[in-house]
Amino acid sequence: MKTKAAPVAKSTFNVEEIRAQFPILKELVHGKPLVYFDNGATSQKPRRVIKAESTYYATINANVHRGVHTLSTKATEAQEAAREAIRKHINAKHAHEAIFTSGTTAGINLAATSLGQLLLKPGDVVVISGMEHHSNIVPWQLACERHGAVLKVIPITESGEWDGQLADELICQLANCKILAISHVSNTLGTINPVKKLIALAKKKGITTVVDGAQAIAHLDVDVQDLGCDLYAFSGHKAYGPTGTGVLYGREELLSRMPPWQGGGEMIDTVTLEKSTWAKLPFKFEAGTPHIAGIIGLGEAISWMEDYDKSAMAAHEHVLLEHATKELLAIDGLRIIGTAKEKVGVISFVIDGVHHYDLGTLLDQQGIAVRTGHHCTQPLMDRFGVSGTTRASFACFNTIAEVDAMVAGVKKAVKMLR
Amino acid sequence: MTTTMTLAQAQQDLVDEFAMFTDWQDRYEHLIELGKDLPLIAPENKVDTNLVRGCQSRVWLNAEMKNDLVHFTADSDAMITKGIVALLVRVYNDRAPQEILGASTDFIDRIGLREHLSPNRANGLSAMLDQMKRYALAYSSKS
Repeated sequence: MKTKAAPVAKSTFNVEEIRAQFPILKELVHGKPLVYFDNGATSQKPRRVIKAESTYYATINANVHRGVHTLSTKATEAQEAAREAIRKHINAKHAHEAIFTSGTTAGINLAATSLGQLLLKPGDVVVISGMEHHSNIVPWQLACERHGAVLKVIPITESGEWDGQLADELICQLANCKILAISHVSNTLGTINPVKKLIALAKKKGITTVVDGAQAIAHLDVDVQDLGCDLYAFSGHKAYGPTGTGVLYGREELLSRMPPWQGGGEMIDTVTLEKSTWAKLPFKFEAGTPHIAGIIGLGEAISWMEDYDKSAMAAHEHVLLEHATKELLAIDGLRIIGTAKEKVGVISFVIDGVHHYDLGTLLDQQGIAVRTGHHCTQPLMDRFGVSGTTRASFACFNTIAEVDAMVAGVKKAVKMLR
Repeated sequence: MTTTMTLAQAQQDLVDEFAMFTDWQDRYEHLIELGKDLPLIAPENKVDTNLVRGCQSRVWLNAEMKNDLVHFTADSDAMITKGIVALLVRVYNDRAPQEILGASTDFIDRIGLREHLSPNRANGLSAMLDQMKRYALAYSSKS
């Protein structure tokens, strides 16, 4: 699907070889080997990424785009090399279409604030879906409040998918819908949404499309041109990169029209006390000193992923998902929330008579890290009538043996709690 | 039940009780048992205004002044959390406000439940302790 200029030979996917690259996997938790199933919150980092950050600080630390001295030039080159690696990875047309942010949240806030100012008028509509993370709800609520616009929501079916027909109707029948903001993959359910189809429909109506790709970037081949979206936000730390890093991709033409979000150094062309003019892309949206070390680490994480075949990683994660689904469903009173046909390696579940907090605590005692609670998707919890779930989210370094350890851990916990 | 002991003695009593358990499973099973034995909170006190903020599970904590002592009742929808609040009720219940305010909280650590004191917002133990001390402070300023 993705067209790359120079196809490079990929390393064969071998989970043990992958695991050896993640130092944290050797850690013990409560004296037990760590089983890390909270990759949806943040993934662990391979040694290469950790090293790239520390090497930057140890050898070329300097501020970017400012100095005439050698270190500043090297730091700038390293940062811009990361931007190019990202461009290639998501198949953007231009490197300057990738704006560095602190994460998906910052990317969506940038999008909502700037697009709101550019596009929204009283009575206009912004459409999101009922499975969005709070990060893709609240910024739009704020934008709607500021501009007198209205937020409409695509309903979610029992299996945890968009109601396709209602989604199409919302997009087609609303005369004044200006923005569609949707997640590529649900953080709580794992559902892979048919974003391409809805984006195509939205484009016909002249609607600007924003995709929250936080949960997709580490698991799917993301091709922004193929998706056809206007903006695409993701975090570095969920894709084997450092925390505090992220990217907002935007189509050049749209980014050029969007007003800046934050003001400060690096984003200006000229400043007088009366008025300033903006720097060219991407710097217009990158006020202040960026997280240079993190960006370099993110570039390394991207090239680390590029070394492997992402579809082989995805296939491995799918095996884990299928195995976990089958084994967990054999537990009496266990119900999986999110049973879409197309899912990444995320499994959210509830058990009759067992509180997710208790389960998470007892799994932790066994060295197993899962997420419990509402996963920053309270409207979705309301939709399914639960106060929270227990969520296991897999990464390429997880194994079948770890899934078995979790299932045994859940059984032990349930026995203690009933 | 524990009023014959000082607060510090009640804490030590719990520490000794938990010292019998060598592995996590026994420790947590005991905690769950303590939760099950927690006296029921009156239905009229199991209201949203008595919810302790900052817990992933729901915790109701009610306080009233009886004979110059703070009387606590509590409940939770999670069993471990209920066990934790039961520990706190056992230590702090029916004490003078000043005794509650002056009490050290290091017994939590000595019981082996330190992870529940972390500032991680999923953990409610700190929030419960704070709430108990707030009640004690309110009553101490009244008396």
